[in-house]
Parts: sequence; structure tokens; C-alpha cells
Amino acid sequence: MVERLAIGPASVSELAEPLRMTLAAVVQHVQVLEASGVVTSEKVGRVRLCRIEPAAMSVVEGWMVERRRAWGPRLDRLGEVLREENAKQPNEENI
Amino acid sequence: MTRSNTVHDTFVVERGYDVPPEQVFKAWSEPAIKARWFAGSSDALGAGYELDFRVGGHELNRAGPPGGPVYTYDAQIRDIVPRERIVYTYEMYADDARLSVSVATVVFRADGDRTHLVLTEQGVFLDGHDTSAQREEGTRSLLASLGAELDRTAA
Repeated sequence: MVERLAIGPASVSELAEPLRMTLAAVVQHVQVLEASGVVTSEKVGRVRLCRIEPAAMSVVEGWMVERRRAWGPRLDRLGEVLREENAKQPNEENI
Repeated sequence: MTRSNTVHDTFVVERGYDVPPEQVFKAWSEPAIKARWFAGSSDALGAGYELDFRVGGHELNRAGPPGGPVYTYDAQIRDIVPRERIVYTYEMYADDARLSVSVATVVFRADGDRTHLVLTEQGVFLDGHDTSAQREEGTRSLLASLGAELDRTAA
């Protein structure tokens, strides 16, 4: 769960899905993490959004999380560049 | 006080792209293209990006906030299978302090005309190279700003 949150904030149901846990079990787990100061959560509309509490992490842990997190926007940008490159050479490489 | 700390971590990031592996591989191997998404523009202080794409070749990226430390990414490419795989190792530095040493494996899997990219990073994260509490606090806040800085310079 902490690994998932290292990628970015997530709702309780997003946390539950890959873990095959019930929502109630996930909420309980989040509460434990909140009590230990590792995770914070807030109600956004009808969704409870959970995020890692950076201050709770050591420098090293923070650095690890950062190395991982950086890939999200980076791979998004790769997607944008691929679309731009594809538009430059329409179908040339697909024929 | 002696307090060196080593922590190991492995993570996997997967992503699908609507183009064949050949084009995704090209975006990883041609410096002018890779700089656009990996390193971004060079307007940050001390910024610079280089890529010598061959086995044994280096990839370098430098960035950092004005007045702050220069973060250096220093990679060496270890294995290339065109359109299929790239393996590289890299170190990260804040000025002269080595922060981490990692192995990264990028696999491009063909999925019809699409590509499924799987990136695996295995790293050892180093701490204690300078053990004063003041330095640690400084490093903490600087690391916190690093991600945002890299994202901004790349935007």
C-alpha cells in the first residue's frame, strides 16, 4: 500500500483494488498508517484521498520514493514526444 | 558519529504506447529526442544533457535550483538489444555527494502495433556520506525539491 502511495495519491478504492482487500480492511489499514504518521488522508468530494506524509520519511526513503515517482510524469512526456514524432512522419514507419 | 546507511529498493513501472517498439526505442536512443522527455530544456542553472548511445557510452544530466546544489545523473549503458531492451547503470549526486547507485532495465514488448514498456530499477540508496545533522536537514529539503525541479526543467 505504501508502495502504491509512493507513486502518487490514491483513493481508498484504488488502494483496495490490486490488493484484493475489502474496503473496510483498507480503511482500517489506512487508519493504522495514519496513526503512525506515515500516511495522511483527506476527504475530496465523496472520495477519501490518501497520500504519503513526506516528513515521516527518512532522507533515504524520501530519495527512493522520489526516484520512483519521477517516472510517472517522465513516461507521460515520452508519450507526448512519441505522438509528436508520429505526427511528423505520418504512416512512414507503419506502412 | 558514524552512521552510514544503505537501503535497497526495486520497483517496476509499466506503460503502454500507441506506437511500435521501433519508435519507442528510437525515443530512448536518439539524444535529441530523449532530451525532450527525459531531461527537458536546458534553462536550469548548470543544466546539461548528453547521451552517447552505445554499450559503454555515458548519459549525463545536470540540473539544480539557482543557488542550490547541482544534481548529477551519470549513467553508463551496459546492454542494448535494438527495439527490445536497454540496460544501464547510474549514479545520482548532489554536488559531490553520491546519493544512489542503480541498475535500470527497460524492456519494449510488441503488442500488435503498440508497445508495452516495462522499466525495472534496482538501487542502493546511500546515506551517511556526510553525517552532520545540519547537512542531513539540508539534504532532506533539497531532495524534496529535486523532483519538482526536474519536472519543471523538463516541462
